[in-house]
Amino acid sequence: MVRIIDRRFDSKKKSAVNRQRFVRRFKQQIRRAVSDAIDGRSIRDLDNGESVSIPTKDLSEPHFQNGKGGIWEQVFPGNDQFSSGDQVRRPQGGAGGSGGGGKASNEGESEDDFVFQLSRDEFLDIFFDDLELPNLVRTQLARVTDFKSQRAGFTSSGVPANINIVRSMRGALGRRLALGSPYRARLRELQQELDEAIAEQGEDSERVHELREEIGKLRARIEAIPFIDSFDLRYNNRIRIPQPTTQAVMFCVMDVSGSMDEEKKATAKRFFMLLYLFLNRTYEHIEVVFIRHHTIAKETDEDEFFHSRESGGTVVSSALELMRDIIRERYAGGQWNIYGAQASDGDNWDNDSPICRRILDDEILPWCQYFAYIEITPGEPQNLWREYEKLHASSKNFAMQRIESPADIYPVFRELFKKSLA
Amino acid sequence: MKPALKKRIPLPAGSEWTFESIERYHTEIARVAAGYGLDTYPVQIEVITAEQMMDAYASVGMPVNYHHWSFGKQFLSTEKGYRRGQMGLAYEIVINSNPCIAYLMEENTLPMQGLVIAHAAYGHNSFFKGNYLFRTWTNADAIIDYLIFARNYIAQCEERHGVEDVELLLDSCHALMNLGVDRYKRPPKLSMAKEKLRQEEREEYLQTQVNDLWRTLPTHDVRSDGRKERRFPEEPEENLLYFIEKNAPLLEPWQREVVRIVRKIAQYFFPQRQTQVMNEGWATYWHYTLLNTLYDEDLLADSFMLEFLQSHTNVVYQPPYNVRWYNGINPYALGFAMWTDIRRICEHPTDEDRQWFPDIAGSDWRETFDFAMRNFKDESFVAQYLSPKVMRDFRMFAIFDDEHEDKLKVSAIHDDAGFRHVREILSEHYNLGSREPNIQVWNVDLRGDRSLTLRHQRWQDRPLAENAEEVVKHIARLWGFTVRLESTNDAGEVELLHETRLEKRKAGN
Repeated sequence: MVRIIDRRFDSKKKSAVNRQRFVRRFKQQIRRAVSDAIDGRSIRDLDNGESVSIPTKDLSEPHFQNGKGGIWEQVFPGNDQFSSGDQVRRPQGGAGGSGGGGKASNEGESEDDFVFQLSRDEFLDIFFDDLELPNLVRTQLARVTDFKSQRAGFTSSGVPANINIVRSMRGALGRRLALGSPYRARLRELQQELDEAIAEQGEDSERVHELREEIGKLRARIEAIPFIDSFDLRYNNRIRIPQPTTQAVMFCVMDVSGSMDEEKKATAKRFFMLLYLFLNRTYEHIEVVFIRHHTIAKETDEDEFFHSRESGGTVVSSALELMRDIIRERYAGGQWNIYGAQASDGDNWDNDSPICRRILDDEILPWCQYFAYIEITPGEPQNLWREYEKLHASSKNFAMQRIESPADIYPVFRELFKKSLA
Repeated sequence: MKPALKKRIPLPAGSEWTFESIERYHTEIARVAAGYGLDTYPVQIEVITAEQMMDAYASVGMPVNYHHWSFGKQFLSTEKGYRRGQMGLAYEIVINSNPCIAYLMEENTLPMQGLVIAHAAYGHNSFFKGNYLFRTWTNADAIIDYLIFARNYIAQCEERHGVEDVELLLDSCHALMNLGVDRYKRPPKLSMAKEKLRQEEREEYLQTQVNDLWRTLPTHDVRSDGRKERRFPEEPEENLLYFIEKNAPLLEPWQREVVRIVRKIAQYFFPQRQTQVMNEGWATYWHYTLLNTLYDEDLLADSFMLEFLQSHTNVVYQPPYNVRWYNGINPYALGFAMWTDIRRICEHPTDEDRQWFPDIAGSDWRETFDFAMRNFKDESFVAQYLSPKVMRDFRMFAIFDDEHEDKLKVSAIHDDAGFRHVREILSEHYNLGSREPNIQVWNVDLRGDRSLTLRHQRWQDRPLAENAEEVVKHIARLWGFTVRLESTNDAGEVELLHETRLEKRKAGN
């Protein structure tokens, strides 16, 4: 009897291992392709895989084969014109296949690159590899939290503005009733005695006077119970509960003066990408503001940001001022999580660096979740670096790093990632 | 038609398949196949998805295989082609095992499933069971077990010695896969349990054997008295992988075992490469015959037949030499035409047939079929059975191409004077020995630098392809010392083609 087996639900992705092996084997080529792709991509475009092409020659698995040349005799179908002994001109380009034998010529023709699609995960993995991200950071999807205040009943202490009048008055009424009840009970007894005494002994008797006097004292006692006491006050209670915020703005600030060459810009781009990627996993909505500067700063779109060339001196504070203004104008009011990322080769006009520090310290850092500065230079630290070092000591949300290659970028974000993982 | 058959309920029509309908189709096809006397292994039908089909493609059609990047590459290119709709997947993959496993892809329509059952589960299956090459070279009972053993063993090696090392070793072995076959010796049958036991014994003893070979080395001063030196190997060896497995001085035991695994698997595929025309033609002939028989019994709907015939016609189409998509002679077309013609010669022979095929003209076609299927491979099958009628129908002609001549010469066409020559050339085309370069182990310099010399016997003045140098590097990696590749031409002159110098020493030696 035949056995029919439904294998459709068996382990899928049997070839996944082979695919991994393939990616591992050609990591160099693939990494190059990823690197090219990053240079060509928008920094927000990290949700797609990438199609990678590898020269067929690199992939070939050699075997011993017959080459072209020598003597061949082959049979072909579909004779439409030949008789025995005919001489035929050799077809150009091996069409008809009489030149080199089927197999050899078939493989000779396929010079195209081998193209395949890298999945998003594989793409990011290689991107992360370049940046040497620790594994924990790669996998953790942590969320930065913000707080929102919310009503949570009443408390007996607080500021006058939060007094809840209804609750306070209800409390006061209760207290007055409770404190006055023994007096009132006594008052009712005396009143009864007084009525009896008037009926028996008349209006002017001594007993009646005594009773009236005592009643008067009791009334005064009851009157003396305070209408409202500090004990009665009730305040509306508000507590802060943690809540994920959903929007962030990221400022990319880059020096585009003459000394920033394409390679440095490519490194800076990876820096911005990594920050974006991190924010992207934390916030639902992210706006990116690009500010480029030489002696004056300008807000641009991404394409211009990375690609147009400028030359001239450098005044970093111009960019920070523009950033400050944009924050005040568009991102004020605590609705936005503000992140700043600045990349530069460290050149700055000497007198400008202290100004930069002051602007950052007073007018930007207080509003920022995090501000990261990278200096892309193999040389000595410049004056901007020294000024920023003072900031680094005092501010927790400021990070800085001197880097030469993309692998140095990650330490800049170490604090940031740590915070989010906590 | 017998009245009993008329009462049969027709098989389900339409394009949607169900497990019940597949089973009913199978029952009817099996009945008709048995009626024709097809002897098969039990059938196991497995329904798989397109992705699983691509998986199976990638691991050379086997249900299990070890891991290697080249399979990943194969998978990626198949997947790309499929996703873009450039190519459909093959209708079928069938595994020469006992029971014979035939894959049905879930995307296929019911008529296609019926076609695949007839083609693979009865056509190929009976060929696997009957043909002498498969009977001698493969062991249907043991192959799946052996593949499982191979996969586990290689996975173990990867754990112990690192993925990288194993991968490089496999690369080198794959480069020699076509030269890892015994053409003349018959391999012993193996099962997994036996193989595992033997593998452990081998590991222990093999290494001492190899060292034995080199033990003569230090004493060569004493013996250098002009006596004739011992040649090694005494006879040239054509099975390079076997030679390396047994004799490479520096391989670790596990490396030898991996070489052996690749060699065994190469050997398993050896018959398939030699029987393409016969095997595909046989399977195509039988799916055509079985399904037509069912139709004659009124079991199949017309819609079924139309879809079946449409894909059958596509499969057996032979484009002429002068169109752009001509890609050699289509083995399905040639094989189908030849088997059909053999039956015709048996049943309705002409005078020409009686002259060409006196022993089969007018004989019982089923007996003739059975004999031909069991005892031939492509080369001999064409030489024996290619009839003038088929050559005429295909309008075959032979082209003689000498690179020293300006023009090509039409050496023979499909006429009385040319039939024999065309047939001879076509038969030669299917001779693996002439299709692939002839390279053998020539000498090992036992007393000197331990270098290995390979010799390429140039035939018809055909040179080796350029990538031979890469292959020589792979051989050097396995051998561990210098490897030379020489070429001799028809006149017996020897020329050095490539040399890879290597002075590798084992750590600690």
